[in-house]
Amino acid sequence: MRLTTPCLLPYFTAGWPNPQAFVDSVAAAARAGCPAFEVGIPFSDPVADGPVIQKTSSAALEAGVNWRVALELTALAVEKSGLPAVAMTYCNPLYSLGLERACAELAAAGCRGLIVPDLTLEEGEPMEKAAVASGLDLIYLVAPTTPDERVAQIARRSRGFLYLVSLRGVTGARQDLPLDLVEQIQRSRERASLPVMVGFGISTPAQAARVAAQGAGVIVGSALLRAIDEAGAQRAASTTQEFLSQMVQAMQAPSPGPAGGGGGVVS
Amino acid sequence: MLSQVPAGPAPLQEPDVRGRFGDFGGRFVPETLVQALQELAEAYAKLRDDASFWQELAALMSSYSGRPTPLYRAQRLQQKVDGPELWLKREDLNHTGSHKINNCLGQALLARRLGKTTILAETGAGQHGVATATVCALLDMKCRVYMGAEDVRRQALNVSRMRLLGAEVVPVESGSRTLKDATNEALRAWVGQVDEAHYILGSVVGPHPYPWMVRDFQSVIGHEIAEQLWPRRVIACVGGGSNAAGAFARFVPHPEVKLVGVEAGGHGFATGQHCASLGRGKPGVLHGSLTYLLQDDFGQVSDTHSISAGLDYPGVGPEHSSWATSGRVEYHSVSDEEALDAFELLCRCEGIVPALESSHALAWYAREGPKHKQDGPWVLCLSGRGDKDVQEVLRLRGLA
Repeated sequence: MRLTTPCLLPYFTAGWPNPQAFVDSVAAAARAGCPAFEVGIPFSDPVADGPVIQKTSSAALEAGVNWRVALELTALAVEKSGLPAVAMTYCNPLYSLGLERACAELAAAGCRGLIVPDLTLEEGEPMEKAAVASGLDLIYLVAPTTPDERVAQIARRSRGFLYLVSLRGVTGARQDLPLDLVEQIQRSRERASLPVMVGFGISTPAQAARVAAQGAGVIVGSALLRAIDEAGAQRAASTTQEFLSQMVQAMQAPSPGPAGGGGGVVS
Repeated sequence: MLSQVPAGPAPLQEPDVRGRFGDFGGRFVPETLVQALQELAEAYAKLRDDASFWQELAALMSSYSGRPTPLYRAQRLQQKVDGPELWLKREDLNHTGSHKINNCLGQALLARRLGKTTILAETGAGQHGVATATVCALLDMKCRVYMGAEDVRRQALNVSRMRLLGAEVVPVESGSRTLKDATNEALRAWVGQVDEAHYILGSVVGPHPYPWMVRDFQSVIGHEIAEQLWPRRVIACVGGGSNAAGAFARFVPHPEVKLVGVEAGGHGFATGQHCASLGRGKPGVLHGSLTYLLQDDFGQVSDTHSISAGLDYPGVGPEHSSWATSGRVEYHSVSDEEALDAFELLCRCEGIVPALESSHALAWYAREGPKHKQDGPWVLCLSGRGDKDVQEVLRLRGLA
């Protein structure tokens, strides 16, 4: 997977708010200028997620979006949008199916990358092998609490991009970005030859622009899903397009912030 | 007489560097927690060899919690059941009414040495929450307890106790609104304040080093048993499995001592409403460790049921998974109904009101004891007292 940073990756929960609205929203993300999308395969116990994604995940599960349905809908969204998917799910659904089979099925559904928020480097080897075998990029996360040396280790083992968790906390919109975010982005970019994508807590175009000014991309989930929830399933696609277009524009505008280097094609 | 209380940590089966007991355990957590867990594991590994820590803990265990707990010969129960010689390890006589305080004292002292000022905990029925709130009052630490909204409603008394003790109780509205969800929420909260807070997990579950550390703090149970009487069999109930791990660890290297863990069979396997993770689950990842787990075909964690809130959990400690796989410990289950009968039996025969959790171990003795009459002495870990369950039992028996 090749991403040009700064770019914007939207997160959608598979099949939410309903199958059609999900597929249409992904297509709207393509029109808004996103190069790929992240698809959450819902899990019953999403320990890294805040209230919004907990709610969308359990709503999707209750509506019958199991692994198989989630992958069918992902394939449909990939086809309709022309965008590659990056799957995000937890260890247990993958272990339950068997790592090789799970990765093969994700790849067959049009996924190019895989994010597993409860997988650590120490436990990651079997997943890395399975991902490589299916041509999936296994994307690791780095947190503000990760020591420098470990950031470098994670950056070496991550494929596709490096996912920087912006704050000490779970997913969900925040009013303010953490004070040390610029420092966090620089620390990760210095240690990674991959693009750095920043997620968790970014909810406004202005926040996204600040991140882009540092040469990093943005992942937006909870704020987008909350906007869709408020607008209702009927207006999911138009809401998505409007929301993401504003963010993409803000990220492309020349930034007044300190120079962090423009985005080059990496990976 | 006991020479020393506690006898120090159990230098028995140790997890490997990744925190694995055989194939089970490990650390499956958001990256934000990895550094804190590594620091915790390193700090604990050092403290394990620090006599001053164990002396400090031993002093509190004896003067504050009432250890050593007695080993009581339940003769009338034995006669009634017509089973082998039976001794009850009276963990119900601990301060706060169960074995939970053993772990809370250990972890809170550890947290204080780490310079943490805030304690987070999850609780199901509220026993671990009350023990945590108690220890925080004692050590002047801030305490926040996450509890499923459904459990908050069902266990009003324990909620009041925690609040009286100065803890903040946070009702958790997500998922099935019970222990599993409270644990998710406590983990999320810890991710948000990992620098200043320590999370006191209440059982031998969770990411490394919790299963190891909690097992050590509970192993005082088995050490005391070994000094009081050498059993031919030890029986304990298993939800997450901390009282069982504490009772078993001392005897694991002695194959002549049989070990039996009793899971909650709920309404029976056929109904799907039970908590027999080892009996009916398959390996999976929940709350940071790889272990036997009740789940559906696509890896979604099952909603479980038990009459006993403390056993109502879809996973089990990873060390139990390794003992089950190696065959060192046998795991069986008893139904809600059998546990209720055993609850009443102990009340009537011995004048002891057991927790519904512990009643599962008693029910196994009542059912299987008659087949092993000459096999004693057996020791059964009476993990907690049943005051908290009185209303529920009366309701279920139509006596309320």
